[in-house]
Amino acid sequence: MKSHKPTIVWYQAVTCNGNTHSLLSASSSRLELFLNSFDLIYHPSLTIDTTLDDILKLKDIDFLLVEGAITSDEKYYSINQNSTKNILEKLSQKAKYIISVGSCASYGGVHKKFEQNDDILGVEEIIDTKKYKNLKHEIVNLTGCPVHPEWILQTVFSLNSFSRMSLDDEKRPRELYSNLAHHGCTRNEYFEWKVEGDFGQKEGCLFYDQGCRGPMTHSSCNKILWNDVSSKTRAGMPCIGCTEKDFPRENMLETKKNIGIPLDVPLGIPKRAYLSITGVAKTFKIDRLNKKLMD
Amino acid sequence: MENSLKLFSKKGFYNTTIPDIAKAMKMSVGNMYNYFSSKEELAKYAIKYSTNILAAELREINQMDISSKEKVYLFVKNYFENVKNSPEVVEYFLRVYLSNREVFKEGCEGFLCVGEFVTEVMILLDEGAQNKEFREQDFFPAFAMIMGCLGGFAFLSGEAVLDKDLLEYSDPIADNIYRALKYEES
Repeated sequence: MKSHKPTIVWYQAVTCNGNTHSLLSASSSRLELFLNSFDLIYHPSLTIDTTLDDILKLKDIDFLLVEGAITSDEKYYSINQNSTKNILEKLSQKAKYIISVGSCASYGGVHKKFEQNDDILGVEEIIDTKKYKNLKHEIVNLTGCPVHPEWILQTVFSLNSFSRMSLDDEKRPRELYSNLAHHGCTRNEYFEWKVEGDFGQKEGCLFYDQGCRGPMTHSSCNKILWNDVSSKTRAGMPCIGCTEKDFPRENMLETKKNIGIPLDVPLGIPKRAYLSITGVAKTFKIDRLNKKLMD
Repeated sequence: MENSLKLFSKKGFYNTTIPDIAKAMKMSVGNMYNYFSSKEELAKYAIKYSTNILAAELREINQMDISSKEKVYLFVKNYFENVKNSPEVVEYFLRVYLSNREVFKEGCEGFLCVGEFVTEVMILLDEGAQNKEFREQDFFPAFAMIMGCLGGFAFLSGEAVLDKDLLEYSDPIADNIYRALKYEES
């Protein structure tokens, strides 16, 4: 188990495994570089010769990547008769860096919606980092449902090389979450001229009816493309705001409106100004934008 | 500008000439052209000017800490006071802007010249629906309910067919508008 490479432990708590799937969907050359650069000593779905008990006997770990929400309620969820919180605390005593992978690990995510258990939290909420002198950095939240695989890789590479990352108020890396999903969206011209679109179509903006949260969601989905080629909005699926703290919201595929006026408007613009601009923009009927891109 | 609004409203767009307007504005025809390249351009400026007066008043009401119902009552009263005290502002809208659409076709398309006022109506409706005083419906029927009603009544006033003073109709009209918009428990 001795290694010259930085060690990575991937701990799974209350999760659907979606972030693991995401990691496995990383660009093959990047994933190969990752596996060659780090020693992934434990992942419940990927490694076979190490158990969680083995990991708990280790003295230290370089990177602890946590997937899934955490609960202290053993009746609700336990691993080896132990709560996910207890195990997390033990692992946290050993780690130099803790990274919450995905929205569930960051804030509780979809699991926090269960009314039967009000003790489901994100990593940062449930552990007191001041207790862990071994930690070299504050907890990094990589939000997303799932998180983009490249964001995971970029974060561990950055922390490994520079020992620190600039984080925003939600403890997300600024270089990955300063953009909005709207930036780089190929539908931006439809957005500007208020041309609405339909689910799954190449044409039109998904903000007005389909619930797209691109203009108010911090993420680089349209800048660092998924599988190097696409994104939800590029494929005709509205952004559901999965990198934000209020995810998952209700009725995510419809735009909440009051008397036809969107309840939420793009970040940073007062509603009065937004309504004024869009009212004018809708005046113009641009033939090119009302036609199919390809007949 | 009020004088040109009065002239346009009284004589109609085509019967009003630039010399008429220059005279009313107490300036030479040559000087007029320093400001407006044509009668059409003046007419477009005039619609922005007149609706921006209404927009500023409605914005003030929108920013008050009162219920949406009270805002509707105040807005209607305000609008009728405008019709009574400055009839040219509303009459210009009804008798020139709505009646001579071809003049406003380029440069005043859609909401382009009346955008500020329409925005304030949007804010009024949006906030009313958000605080559950107004029921959910499409924007345009709600917009037409308010402005159709007010415009229609201003027209009746202009035709001098009303029995009573215009302001005496303010509350009943506001009541009608509010009832058409108000939230109903299902």
